[in-house]
Amino acid sequence: MSATAPPSAPGDGIDHVDERLLRTTPLKKLLARPELGSVVGAIAVFAFFSVAADGFLRPSSLGTVLYAASTLGIMAVPVALLMIGGEFDLSAGVLVTSSALVSSMFSYQMTANVWVGVGVSLLVTLAVGAFNGFMLTRTRLPSFIITLGTFLMLTGLNLGVTKLITGTVSTKSIADMEGFPSAHSVFASTLTVGSVELKVTILWWLALVAVATWILLRTRFGNWIFAVGGGADAARAVGVPVHRTKIGLYMGVAFCAWIAGQHLLFSFDVVQSGEGVGNELIYIIAAVIGGCLITGGYGSAIGSAVGALIFGMTSKGIVYAEWNPDWFKFFLGAMLLLATLLNAWIRRRVEATK
Amino acid sequence: MTRLRTGGVRAAIGAVLALALTGALAGCSSTGGKRAEDARKAAAAQGRAAVDTPRWSFAMVTHSGDGDTFWDIVQNGAEQAAAKDNINFLYAHSDEAQQQAQLIDSYVAKGVDGLIVTLAKPDAMKAAVAKAVKAGIPVITVNSGAEQSKAYGALTHIGQDETVAGQAVGEELTKRGRKKALCVLHEQGNVGHEQRCAGTKETFGGELVNLYVDGTNMPDVKASIEAKLQSDKDVDAVVTLGAPFADAAVQAAKSAGSKAEIDTFDLNAKVAAALADGTLGFAVDQQPYLQGYEAVDLLWLYRYNADVLGGGKPVLTGPQIITKDQAGALKQYAERGTR
Repeated sequence: MSATAPPSAPGDGIDHVDERLLRTTPLKKLLARPELGSVVGAIAVFAFFSVAADGFLRPSSLGTVLYAASTLGIMAVPVALLMIGGEFDLSAGVLVTSSALVSSMFSYQMTANVWVGVGVSLLVTLAVGAFNGFMLTRTRLPSFIITLGTFLMLTGLNLGVTKLITGTVSTKSIADMEGFPSAHSVFASTLTVGSVELKVTILWWLALVAVATWILLRTRFGNWIFAVGGGADAARAVGVPVHRTKIGLYMGVAFCAWIAGQHLLFSFDVVQSGEGVGNELIYIIAAVIGGCLITGGYGSAIGSAVGALIFGMTSKGIVYAEWNPDWFKFFLGAMLLLATLLNAWIRRRVEATK
Repeated sequence: MTRLRTGGVRAAIGAVLALALTGALAGCSSTGGKRAEDARKAAAAQGRAAVDTPRWSFAMVTHSGDGDTFWDIVQNGAEQAAAKDNINFLYAHSDEAQQQAQLIDSYVAKGVDGLIVTLAKPDAMKAAVAKAVKAGIPVITVNSGAEQSKAYGALTHIGQDETVAGQAVGEELTKRGRKKALCVLHEQGNVGHEQRCAGTKETFGGELVNLYVDGTNMPDVKASIEAKLQSDKDVDAVVTLGAPFADAAVQAAKSAGSKAEIDTFDLNAKVAAALADGTLGFAVDQQPYLQGYEAVDLLWLYRYNADVLGGGKPVLTGPQIITKDQAGALKQYAERGTR
């Protein structure tokens, strides 16, 4: 296990042959990518709304679609990595809100520069992630149960602590405090490219996807993620630090929740304490549409980004097509099933030709 | 043997289907149901355009969650006005501030001719509404955000001042000689709800206690109110903040053996019926139908004639205290989904 393992070296030494190590033709290589099914789906959804929805192809509309995809995609990336590592995080949705609440209330109550609040929030959020990972590895309970507990506790804390400190259900505005302008430009500014307004979250999102892809495919830690997801006991037997890997993955989710939370705060400068519930499932849906297996050991970061893009296109495409929004969830469910079936079918075809 | 058995199953299924069919034909109800509803619908307004203005598109974006009765009535009002004014009416909603802002952005990008927005989370909507105003789209705010509406550049605000509505409830409770009231908040994190209870506290001569319940879980609502009524025998009035919760409070009072009077904010068919038969004390209505209807109509007036209503002040649709005397007339309107 050298730290500078060449990319094509078997990183986990497990008996099963990783699909990344096969000598194959470029076409086969392409077919074996986890995100292939979702890319086909994304092209289909894009083509569909281009025809069905008037105004969908306008640059400003696409800017809105990308923004919607990025706010979800920032969280779908670490959730995808966590799912490849074989675990769930049901607390990810409310953790975003918690992170925003901590920044805002700490800065306001201490009358500190908002960057202080942002820093404290990072520590608190990472601590929650570490708590999730630590509880999981210590208790050996399924992550579904552990993070369900965290989810409920955080939901209560968000409401209770906010009410206790501010006396109301949302935080006070921090827009007039020192450091707000610079924090706003980092987390929530708008870049104008030509006539299109692009939110900075799109850059954050692309950067996270690039980093996560590099980690997965080019580093030792990436190999560990695939190993612990494929089979924790086998991975431990060959010397993979399973506990550390899983705690690291939960901290990764927490870090991205911090980014998403800061965006929430600095784009609106007030945070509602009751929000974020239910989003955790949407992150998981994006990862699954993008080709992650629910059982772990298989998936990609790029796939999660494509899943988020499909989600963004659908949620906003329905608006442009002037459909009744009541149907949105139905479409989402149908798309989830279709994408997963397509992924499974492609995987079977690829494995049959091995 | 197996073949025989499957044959038996098939015959059984056939028999059940035949029974169900004859039952359906023979067992018609002469009261209620779809037929009664159709008759009521025929009595309601017919949706035909009464003007020949161009077919403008007006979009409404609210902070409603999925499947909310109150917003259904608002939408009914808006759709009725849209039919009369030859408007293409678009509706979208999300209870997440970020999603709601993105939906407004979508409609601005689409280039609608008018926008109706709720400002339950005003700060989160600020940028999106500003973008709409900058694009030259007339904006009207409804239901919540009376304080911010003007500053954000909206033409006018249509709704009820929650504090004023609360004060009206407090006065009514005092008039009825109540001593101790329970204010049931079913949505933690809703500023308007807090204002309602605070307003009630201001003008109520007796003592007011807040009780938080989980509004998405009706059995839990009932159990919480029941537990409170059992443990505190002095409570002689329960105020719920939404029509669906009034019924849960009535049942809770019954099983707790409490004599407390149940009163509620907002109206639906069940509340109107309960008011008429004296199960409920009174309801305070903010006329949601009017909020949807007027918003669309005022946008049309602005487009057609540059008219603005309210003189820079919010146009109030409530509070309207409804007691047994008015409930009978309102029942039929509530049943067709417009009150």
